Amino acid sequence: MRSAVQIADARANKPGHQIYAGRARAIIERASIALRSSTWVPIATGFIEPVLYLLAFGYGMGTLIGDISTSAGSIDYTVFIAPGLLATSAMNGAIYDSTWNVFFKLNESKLYQGMLATPLGPLDVALGEIIWALFRGLSYSIAFMLITAPLGLVPSWSALLAIPAAVLIAFGFASFGMAITSYFKTYQQMGLIQIVLLPMFLFSGSLYPISVYPDWLEFTIKLLPTWHGIELIRDIWFGVIDFSSFSHLIYFLVMIVLGLFFTTRRLRDLFMR
Amino acid sequence: MPESLISARGLTKKFGDFTAVDGIDFDVAKGESFGLLGPNGAGKSTTMRIIAATSRRTSGTISILGRDPEEHGPQVRAHLGVVPQQDNLDTELTVTENLYIYGRYFGLSKKFVNKKVEELLAFAQLEEKKDVKVEALSGGMKRRLTIARALVSEPDILMLDEPTTGLDPQARHILWDRLFRLKEDGVTLIITTHFMDEAEQLCDRLVVMDKGKIMAEGSPAELIKQYATREVLEVRFGSDRNKEVAPILREMCDRIEELPDRILLYVEDGEALLEKIVAKKLHPNTSLVRRSSLEDVFLRLTGRSLIE
Repeated sequence: MRSAVQIADARANKPGHQIYAGRARAIIERASIALRSSTWVPIATGFIEPVLYLLAFGYGMGTLIGDISTSAGSIDYTVFIAPGLLATSAMNGAIYDSTWNVFFKLNESKLYQGMLATPLGPLDVALGEIIWALFRGLSYSIAFMLITAPLGLVPSWSALLAIPAAVLIAFGFASFGMAITSYFKTYQQMGLIQIVLLPMFLFSGSLYPISVYPDWLEFTIKLLPTWHGIELIRDIWFGVIDFSSFSHLIYFLVMIVLGLFFTTRRLRDLFMR
Repeated sequence: MPESLISARGLTKKFGDFTAVDGIDFDVAKGESFGLLGPNGAGKSTTMRIIAATSRRTSGTISILGRDPEEHGPQVRAHLGVVPQQDNLDTELTVTENLYIYGRYFGLSKKFVNKKVEELLAFAQLEEKKDVKVEALSGGMKRRLTIARALVSEPDILMLDEPTTGLDPQARHILWDRLFRLKEDGVTLIITTHFMDEAEQLCDRLVVMDKGKIMAEGSPAELIKQYATREVLEVRFGSDRNKEVAPILREMCDRIEELPDRILLYVEDGEALLEKIVAKKLHPNTSLVRRSSLEDVFLRLTGRSLIE
């Protein structure tokens, strides 16, 4: 049985021991205990939203649209929007935990202050919270896959690779979401996240190809994470993996690293200044 | 002097132009109960956060169990149990879960923590509330839980920032009783407070802080002996007459403090002085003889009351 001091001493010579105690799992354990007693309504709504879009646009509007021509050939409209909505599921899940929940813990319950009074470092807290948020993104995308597969919207087995890709997307969004939230102080600022997210989803090619835009707008959209997420899942879905697919992967890796960096730095500045 | 757990020299903390802690020196011995007494804004909490390795000093040195918290933050924090001024319990979890997960933050094994939780529930007298969410607890219970939580890692030093502020008298006494037990068990306590009775009750030795500086240091009894007389006579003549009689009274005692509502006279024998005052036909509206307290020490050192 090792004491708290022995555990901390054992870590002391590792690089970065001041910001990372190697125990992000303790934060994940805390979240899983808290989940048992949380309400399921907001969790369900986050998942249902993309499903509603699938029904309304795919089976409603879609009947008026018919087929749509893409780089993967001419495909049914409902099949076209399904991967975009799966990407949206992953993002929704990741954002839910990494923004509002984090805001509450930072400003209302002072939870992180308590955690950082222990040998845990800011990177333990950031990584633990972000990985937890990513789990929700993962479960949303699995659930979405389970709904779309029986409907004949999943073209091949290789489309299952969309799930690990969704994890990457969720990781990126959770990481960035927590970083941004950590700089916000008021509910009004938090409202901005919602205002930005909806148009980002609507106009990033989830419901129609962005080739309909003028060049400048198309270029702008291509800078947004929503577009990269939707395109990545769509590439995998239809099996058209090329250089651009890798650029999407790299986009999310950068997002993850930047988000973790800024979250860690902000937590340190807030609670260990 | 016994083994020194904490040693600070010229410790300074600035926030922009504001100097919260202004070059203080102190030592805390093993097993000692050490107090930081002073009004709000004296720099007590900032000092606590520097010791707890959650705030970086601007200058000076500090060593906690031989380590600099700036270079060995996690190791220093592993030695400490922290009870912050405002409870920051995990409101989404129950009493038991709060204790359990806090132990896990230190990296302790599930087996160890589960055993420790039972022990701490008994210590905090919260066995009946163990499956209740913390929101449903009273102020005193929350405070006891926060203290129990700080003990889950079996710390060498327990840091208590204003432990009983906001509690009713009964809850305060229950809490003091718990802290006495820890003291008996040899836990080193560091306590900030602006209540002189709390400092007298709990602290073996204390420093009086004001505006970021240490004004005096010693045991409560030593401080009272050094900075106050044995007794204090409090007299009230009504706000108009207080000013009138003060010069006369000044001649009759060692020291005098004029407060807005009353006059404090510092002497060895309060009753004797009161008789002399009455003999001079100066009849106070009310009078009270009491022992000097840390409040008087603070008044002497700073010219102000602790609670303003």
